[in-house]
Amino acid sequence: MRRQRAPRSVVAVAWMAVAFLALPLVGLLQRAPWTGLGRLLGDRAVLDALRVSLLVSMAAAAVVLVLGTPLAWVLARTEVYLGHLPVRRLVRTLVLLPMVLPPVVGGTALLFALGRRGLVGQWLEQWFDLTLPFTTTGAIVAATFVALPFYVVTVEGALHTMGDDHERMAATLGAGPVAVLRRVTLPRLLPAMGAGLALAWARALGEFGATITFAGNLPGRTRTLPLATFQALESDPEAALALSLVLLAVSLLVLVPTRERWLPAR
Amino acid sequence: MTGPATTPPALHLHGRLDLGDLRLEVPEEEPLEVANGELVAVVGPNGAGKSTLLRLVAGLVGLDAGRLELDGRVVDDGTTGGFVPPATRRVGWVPQERLLFGHLTVADNVGFSPRATPEVVADLLDRLDLRGLADRRPSACSGGQAQRVAVARALAAEPHVLLLDEPSTALDADSRRRIHGLLGDQDPSGGRGRPATLLVTHDADEVAGLADRAVELSSGRIVADGRP
Repeated sequence: MRRQRAPRSVVAVAWMAVAFLALPLVGLLQRAPWTGLGRLLGDRAVLDALRVSLLVSMAAAAVVLVLGTPLAWVLARTEVYLGHLPVRRLVRTLVLLPMVLPPVVGGTALLFALGRRGLVGQWLEQWFDLTLPFTTTGAIVAATFVALPFYVVTVEGALHTMGDDHERMAATLGAGPVAVLRRVTLPRLLPAMGAGLALAWARALGEFGATITFAGNLPGRTRTLPLATFQALESDPEAALALSLVLLAVSLLVLVPTRERWLPAR
Repeated sequence: MTGPATTPPALHLHGRLDLGDLRLEVPEEEPLEVANGELVAVVGPNGAGKSTLLRLVAGLVGLDAGRLELDGRVVDDGTTGGFVPPATRRVGWVPQERLLFGHLTVADNVGFSPRATPEVVADLLDRLDLRGLADRRPSACSGGQAQRVAVARALAAEPHVLLLDEPSTALDADSRRRIHGLLGDQDPSGGRGRPATLLVTHDADEVAGLADRAVELSSGRIVADGRP
């Protein structure tokens, strides 16, 4: 198919947008301390932040997978009832909320819900001796809260696109609901699940506001790479640049498996 | 005094289904019945309700009124709301769009049904000349080959009622011949006899060559029923 010839004014504005997006990255790369990168990234504090970040983001991704897959399926395939009231649209709005909510508001909300004196948190502490704020588990909860919508939206969209004709076909062949899910729905959904998980993981890895509000900034426990980067900006800008490069590299890596879904083929 | 026990038809339908602009209606006094082993061609213009009739029998849509029985068992009662799900109806459905499972090989597609035995799968792969394609994905098959896979998959599920929606439209001569050969066979899937079959078609030769009976649908109603 022949591509259209775009008007020059449109092309000019498009290039301005590209420059706007590329400029910060160029600035980062231009100021990066390439020669001392190995030393900076080998620093104990950086390695600690990397360890916490990987632990928190991967645990969050696992929780997202377990909670998000059934949620996406329910939203795509069924009506959701509260009593007799259909509430699917309400639930979907709730799912999307963390995507648009300022993360610090999310963190504050988590604090009031799951904090030591929070709505549920007080009972968690009393019954299970479980404290979430300012712990690694709390950081995982914060990361899950902000990352879950990215996965659910991706997988639900894929389920809508797929339709349910193949599932119906499987049913006519004698497959029960569990077999249909296991042998048809999930295998067909795997690429979207992978893409959604990569996005959710990247979001969890980059999480800042909800984490610092709910889980704090404790070295070795809740100080993730973004928090360490922010901390380093005040005392050691070169270290902040090195940490930023790590996060940039990870973000680019995430784009590789998800490019088919989010980037047009041409 | 009671007479000799009679075998119920493989399919008995009367009732009404409203779906969008279409009302499919079969009166109780003139139900649609298909005997065991009988092949009934369903003909009529586009939009007459032919594909909807197949979806109704498969259990993909439900009756608003009336009753559908398969082998004498009520599977859909529009009045009481009784409904047997597709998985336990023992139907084999071949829709126009085939709906092959793209993540499975040809052999795994044919053997998808929990009722499909390895022997029947192997026999169908041979009879429809699919043995050489067994390890391919459906996306690597031609249209004719994919259609043969869809027919084989439906037959491997040991259906009591086979539902075919234009199975040989736009097929190459070889695929058409093989599918027709199987449908004309009194024992298409090895030892279980021929299932009752509803064959939706626009092809007069197919009706004349294969069907025991033809019903004509027009605007959701049966307007003719008899020998082709």
